[in-house]
Amino acid sequence: MSEPRNSATLFVRTREVARKELAERVAQAVFGFMAAALVLPLLAILGYLAWKAAPSLNWEFIVDVPRKGMTEGGIWPAFVGTLYLVFLSLAVSAPIGVMAAVYLNEYAKDNWLNRMIQLAVINLAGVPSIVHALFGLGAFVYAARFGYSILSASLTLAVMTLPVIIASTREALASVPMSFREACWNVGATRWQTIRAIVLPNSISGILTGLILQVSRAAGETAPIMFTGAVFFKAAERGDLFPYRLGEQCMALSMHLYTVATQVPNVQESIPYATAVVLLGSVLLVNTAAILLRVWLRGHKKW
Amino acid sequence: MTSEAARPTAPLVRAARPAWAIFGERVLVGIIHVSGVSAIIFVLAIFLFVFREAAPLLFSDRFSLIEFLFSTEWYPTSASNVRYGTLALTVGSFAVTGVAMAIAVPFGLGAAIFLSEFCGRRTRESLKVVIELLSAIPSVVWGFVGLTVMSRLIVDFTGAPVGVNILNGGIILALMSVPVIVSIGEDALKAVPDSFREAALALGATRWQLVYRVLLPAARHGLLAAVLLGVGRAVGETMAVLMATGHAAQIPHGLLDSVRTLTANIAAELGEAPAGSDHYRVLFLTGLLLFCITFVVNLTADLVVRGRRRGEP
Repeated sequence: MSEPRNSATLFVRTREVARKELAERVAQAVFGFMAAALVLPLLAILGYLAWKAAPSLNWEFIVDVPRKGMTEGGIWPAFVGTLYLVFLSLAVSAPIGVMAAVYLNEYAKDNWLNRMIQLAVINLAGVPSIVHALFGLGAFVYAARFGYSILSASLTLAVMTLPVIIASTREALASVPMSFREACWNVGATRWQTIRAIVLPNSISGILTGLILQVSRAAGETAPIMFTGAVFFKAAERGDLFPYRLGEQCMALSMHLYTVATQVPNVQESIPYATAVVLLGSVLLVNTAAILLRVWLRGHKKW
Repeated sequence: MTSEAARPTAPLVRAARPAWAIFGERVLVGIIHVSGVSAIIFVLAIFLFVFREAAPLLFSDRFSLIEFLFSTEWYPTSASNVRYGTLALTVGSFAVTGVAMAIAVPFGLGAAIFLSEFCGRRTRESLKVVIELLSAIPSVVWGFVGLTVMSRLIVDFTGAPVGVNILNGGIILALMSVPVIVSIGEDALKAVPDSFREAALALGATRWQLVYRVLLPAARHGLLAAVLLGVGRAVGETMAVLMATGHAAQIPHGLLDSVRTLTANIAAELGEAPAGSDHYRVLFLTGLLLFCITFVVNLTADLVVRGRRRGEP
């Protein structure tokens, strides 16, 4: 060690320090700008779409049926069709996904099978949506002979949402402390009794949050339903809640947006924008609900 | 059950549950096990069913795999000169993905670094909510934005004849894949032990020095995985690129050329191809090609992450 410097020279702001501080500030500004650049498009897009959609954005637009070759009127059949597809697909994928997550988190040992399943989940999540469409067409429409129908489209969507449900449910299950399970096993409960009485009740809200997020994902998808059960146009009564049967084709909001934006000539200008706003609005509303649920949960967690 | 167990007269008899309950539980556990492997079943089923539709053409002598992969001539409905060459489409896919990644990787990783190292808890939470909402926007809405808003902006700023082109699709895909990169990237940075940070700060490093000397090297596998998952998302995206890239099956020569991607091509033509025709089967083969591309990308991402877990603390 060299001779001790006095405090005045020890804390002097050398050029090296100044350079470091400048670099620090520049870095913070640049990264901050990059993060802000993600917020801006969301706001800009929302604002622009809402502004363009304003002329036809009202309750009438949602409950009315499309008229004059879809150039006027509302979106009711598409809106209901999306509800059908979303709830039917979740009715299939939610139980399978939750049980798969229970298996992975509660039963599976750390072996090659478990490893394979995780790999499959990751890859299933990464399969392009159009490949899901091909699968749905080959498997449900032709091989299973469901035809072009709500059933085929929902099943295709179900396969697509499955891996994400497995992942989110697994996360919720894993957040239940191990000691809870051990306490339950110690009083003689079987594995399943522990899961039913302890693990599921303590993670149900996390599981629900994950499921809600998939509602919006399923509602927004277009490619998987395009060739399995969604059609450009289907006649329906205004405000009719049950216009479709399972074996029929249906309209869907996402498909309708694609149709009026690219396939139909001379559409009233605000209609595609209004359709986009209704789709985007419903999706963001559902997602916000899920986020609020999660925030509320985090505040109320007992452990 | 509890009252029986508490009966003092039979202390040595184990409290037995009714037979149906035990049987029911066995059945349920069985179902859970089957569900557990459902992901594997579905991945295999997707491959098999897509392959089954493509196979008759793949193994017929009308068809040449070399031409399919390396010819740029895509004339599926031509009466005299039918050609199924997907090279132009593959190039289109990778061109759009490349542009998207050129934008999304710096912004995504920058935002991930900002989120994990440079901002307070409150800012972080609200930014994460925004990013989550950004990732929730349906692809068809992105496509619509590309078709209407972005194409007009591009025509105004660059003077290109058409606004739907590689640049448009690239920007839209960048916005779509950024949320994936940010969230996975932030997880990777979070996974670096705090002791690394403390050691760097104790040596007098600024936060920027900490980031590029310590965190980036330590989290490089996770960040690479984040980028790969972003690539996977961009390659597989369908509706947005269908609406935003202009749909011209050609080898592009610049950012402002229209292209067609593998995904968009299937989406646009599957409706017109009669079931069982060569055209129909070649579209399934394209799907198989896409499946393989994304499979490899995702597998690599997973192996990279696993390498991080095994190799480092």
